[in-house]
Amino acid sequence: MNFDPSYILELLPRIIGYIPITLFMAVLAMILAIAVGLVLALARNSKNRLLSAGAAVYISFFRAIPMLVQLFLIYYGLPQLFPIFTKMDAVTAAVIGFGFKQAAFLAEIFRAAFNSVDKGQMEASLTVGMTKVQAYRRIILPQAARNALPGTGNIFISLIKETSLAFTLGVVEIFAEAKMQAAESFRFFEAYLAVALIYWLLIIVYSYLQQKLENYLDRPYRT
Amino acid sequence: MIKVTNLRKRFGDLVVLDGIDFEVKDGEVLSIIGPSGSGKSTLVRCLNFLERPDAGVIEIGGVRVDAEKCTNREIRELRLQTAMVFQNYNLFKNKTALQNVTESLIVVKKMPKKQAEELGMELLRQVGLEDKRDNYPATLSGGQQQRVSIARALALRPHAILLDEPTSSLDPELVSEVLQTIKKIAELDTTMIIVTHEMDFARDVSDHVIFMADGNIVEQGPPAEVLDNPRMDRTKQFLRTFHANRKR
Repeated sequence: MNFDPSYILELLPRIIGYIPITLFMAVLAMILAIAVGLVLALARNSKNRLLSAGAAVYISFFRAIPMLVQLFLIYYGLPQLFPIFTKMDAVTAAVIGFGFKQAAFLAEIFRAAFNSVDKGQMEASLTVGMTKVQAYRRIILPQAARNALPGTGNIFISLIKETSLAFTLGVVEIFAEAKMQAAESFRFFEAYLAVALIYWLLIIVYSYLQQKLENYLDRPYRT
Repeated sequence: MIKVTNLRKRFGDLVVLDGIDFEVKDGEVLSIIGPSGSGKSTLVRCLNFLERPDAGVIEIGGVRVDAEKCTNREIRELRLQTAMVFQNYNLFKNKTALQNVTESLIVVKKMPKKQAEELGMELLRQVGLEDKRDNYPATLSGGQQQRVSIARALALRPHAILLDEPTSSLDPELVSEVLQTIKKIAELDTTMIIVTHEMDFARDVSDHVIFMADGNIVEQGPPAEVLDNPRMDRTKQFLRTFHANRKR
């Protein structure tokens, strides 16, 4: 069998050097997705028909198109319509693509989380004189956040993995680096196994952190 | 003073409040009794616009709101005149007992945190829960939660406190601690409107009783009249059924 474990060990440090760009894209896209997702969730729950319908269309569209198609649309398609986009670099295009798509998924998670907060919490907030905005910020959002965390964590895990698609736009992150190493050495199995192990490690570390956060947010509800 | 004139509310085809008029003087306690579905809860929930009335004028502590033409600003002004105690407590679940009491002081009144906490502790002492200051609602009994919610209602020194069936979700052995707390606060000349099924308590604590049925006030007056010598047949029938059920 043609398998060389020592080559994996040799590759790992080289691939690890690209973890920062992978995490940079994932974290930035996540922040974008949370911001857009929150607005979408509130719009979707709004009594204003136009806002609600607009959010519904956005969610429907971005949930439907494949990630790869969307990335190509943004990076290769948009500059044709608006020349200013030729200045956009590949990392920016990837972050926008990932963020806008996951915002659609997060919007649904957030909407369900808001709806799961007892209606009486808003009523109580209003009767002590809070405005709706104050009530959302201080009472509703913190309770919804706890309900939304597991689903939101799944989205972030998807994001970390999806950043590998950025290689199609020419971004060199951990997967692109593994691919190049493989092409050079013809040791495909070892190279892709090495990058697979690194994704696994990233997700393990993230899952551990999320567990800690869940425990923290759970404090008020423990009996 | 609280003055309600011609208050009307319907849910679809169902008329829930069919032109309600009443007054409560400062320091008075008004109890509202009546069969379920008679509109009692809707009535108190209209007073702070948790339900929006279709028509009528509500005047509380100098704020006058006409339901047919009022701004969000006016609604908020009106809400600041009252506080509410709910049937299922509705304590802020992400806040400790003390934070539940101080939240409005800090957020609405912009009081410095330290001062708010001192006042909050004083209120928790009043309801006998100073040792539970750092407990979250999930770790308190129903009776304790309701007492915290009474302290929360007192925090903003509202013109009046609205209590919507404050003991109806409680286990029987926890009812009396909450009723005693309410009574203690009534004795401090707090203006209150209480929707209740506790007739003995209503007799004991109120200055005035309203009996409602089918969205109308059927009878009102001092507790000795309405509860012990009712004039209207509808009231007599309700009280008879109530006492019969209790004996069983």
